[in-house]
Amino acid sequence: MREPVSTVEGVMALMPLANINTDAIIPSVYLRTASAELGKGLFGGHRYDEAGNEKPDFVLNRAPFREAKLLLADENFGCGSSREAAVWALLSYGIGCVLAPSFADIFYENAFRNGLVAAIVDPATFQALKVAVEANEAAPRFRVDLAGATVTGPDGTSRGFRIPASRVQALMRGDDEIAVTLQHQDAIETHYAAAKGASDWLFPATLQRSAAS
Amino acid sequence: MATEPATAFDKIWNAHLVARLDDGRDLVFVDRHVLQETTSAIAFAGLKRSDRPVRHPELTIATQDHVVSTRPGRDEDSYAGGRELMMLMRANAYASRVQHFGIDDPRQGIVHVIAPELGFALPGSILACGDSHTSTVGGLGALGIGVGTSEVEHVLATQTLALTRPRNMRVRFEGKAGTGIFAKDLILRAMGELGVAGGRGCAVEYAGPAIEALSVESRLTVCNMSIELGARLGLIAPDEKTFAYVKGREFAPTGEAYERAVQRWRTLRSDQGAPFERDVLIDCDSIAPQVTWGTTPEHVAGVSEHVPDPATLPDARRRDSIAQALNYMGLEPGTPLKGIPIDVAFIGSCTNSRISDLEAAAYVVKGRKVSPNVRGLVVPGSMSVKREAEARGLDQIFRAAGFEWREAGCSMCVSINDDVVAPGSRCIATSNRNFENRQGPRSRTHLASPVMVAAAALAGHITDIREDLVQ
Repeated sequence: MREPVSTVEGVMALMPLANINTDAIIPSVYLRTASAELGKGLFGGHRYDEAGNEKPDFVLNRAPFREAKLLLADENFGCGSSREAAVWALLSYGIGCVLAPSFADIFYENAFRNGLVAAIVDPATFQALKVAVEANEAAPRFRVDLAGATVTGPDGTSRGFRIPASRVQALMRGDDEIAVTLQHQDAIETHYAAAKGASDWLFPATLQRSAAS
Repeated sequence: MATEPATAFDKIWNAHLVARLDDGRDLVFVDRHVLQETTSAIAFAGLKRSDRPVRHPELTIATQDHVVSTRPGRDEDSYAGGRELMMLMRANAYASRVQHFGIDDPRQGIVHVIAPELGFALPGSILACGDSHTSTVGGLGALGIGVGTSEVEHVLATQTLALTRPRNMRVRFEGKAGTGIFAKDLILRAMGELGVAGGRGCAVEYAGPAIEALSVESRLTVCNMSIELGARLGLIAPDEKTFAYVKGREFAPTGEAYERAVQRWRTLRSDQGAPFERDVLIDCDSIAPQVTWGTTPEHVAGVSEHVPDPATLPDARRRDSIAQALNYMGLEPGTPLKGIPIDVAFIGSCTNSRISDLEAAAYVVKGRKVSPNVRGLVVPGSMSVKREAEARGLDQIFRAAGFEWREAGCSMCVSINDDVVAPGSRCIATSNRNFENRQGPRSRTHLASPVMVAAAALAGHITDIREDLVQ
């Protein structure tokens, strides 16, 4: 069971770049074991120099953005590899919501399964949020409310974002997606039996034998 | 009875629809599931925690490719950094009765190479794998769905995926590609024209005479990079070449069952007038060998062109992003692509490591030497490809030229094994990603076809294969 999520509140960091890929979100060097500390690797290539020291100009290495809970990025966030560790790295760092004009498909799916809010903002909202962060660099605190699909800035202005209502409900309930699917167990079995009957060639003896081997 | 014209994608998807979910997504049955070590370990841990069994181990196979060493004579200790994930894969597969092709198995190889090779991926099937390049099997007319770790667990537990139905898009390659132009050039050209978000949310069907002319292996290359277009998957309607390719493979149906399968596969073509939300055309007559110059696959140009000059671009955001890419790549604006010196040449990866790729590269390499300044690697996509290449003497051609001849695996495409491009070094690669740090910290990557990589390895710099072939 995942922790239910209904709000994400805190500092918003800006990475207003398009096409930030999952290799950049979590470099491959952190993926060699099943037990890496992914939060430390978040944006590793941007965050650290070759000696492993923090690059002072990178946003997450600066106060107050070190404590970021929200991230604003540009188009097609999370493109590239399917690595779900990209989502885990963001969550492990403490970021609970990414706002962007669009997300790559696999990243978008991965996000909700892990309780990371992927909020789609229109271009005007993107610009307004960017300006609001820059105008409040000392305390760029924002609050995302899933129930109303709004993001509220330091000056109290609320703006809408897009998120499917069904995703909101699943996040707020903390749904275990596998448990939800298993409620369709009968339909799955019925489908399998019918598929096997209609297309027995799709389930040849070579596969059946291998299961018993 | 008249039925609405449907796309090949629609026909396959509809045949797998288990339920329409309340949230608007579709629950689809997954006929085939391929596991690799990096995305499956945590999925198995999740199953164990929830006390859920693997629902259909007979529809699942497992292999090791990402963290394995490709050093000649390797074993599980050759790359100590991969040991934990390799051992977990072996143990998890054994405990759940999933067939496992470890590095001691003659069938081991890159997931997207072995799934077609074994006849595990079949036309009209839905195949899932925890790797974004699962779209590769679209070259056979299968729906290859790349997923993350949670969805690997979801498939293991339920044999289904809950997915937003992709929209239909078609990319038609018209005309005839010239000499020296390969499948890789076609898809890279599409990248350049459509961009890395051009296919987002879509199932892309590749069609047109230039696609029909391709071998099945080349079609796998085209579909492989669908994810680089932002698409959910890529697909090429199966034809007689596809059926011939599948016949006789280990897990393929045989005899009368095969004949019935072919009957069904023949129906998996988009109908005349089938609705595509987006339909784009790529003119193949004018395609030159493609090479990337930047840090995303859409940063690509014909080899006789120049690296762009950001100063000439009107859009500030684009100007900045190109300037940043050139800075990372260590390239001056306006530099001709031809002549850029390279340090490493990598022939391999799920994009271009099949026997036809190695054959094409060997044709260029035969009787010549790798430039003394270049490290050249040839990494077959599977141990079967390796054996076949050796039977044809290709290994001898590569070795005589000074290339390293390796065991099967992802190798230098992904840098989570012991094959890494050194910081600041420049690699020309047949792989699919040229992102910053992709082939290792501060590595610089140029993507190209196998013959272009081979020619660059010999010349020591990026060169035009068309001129090379004329010599």
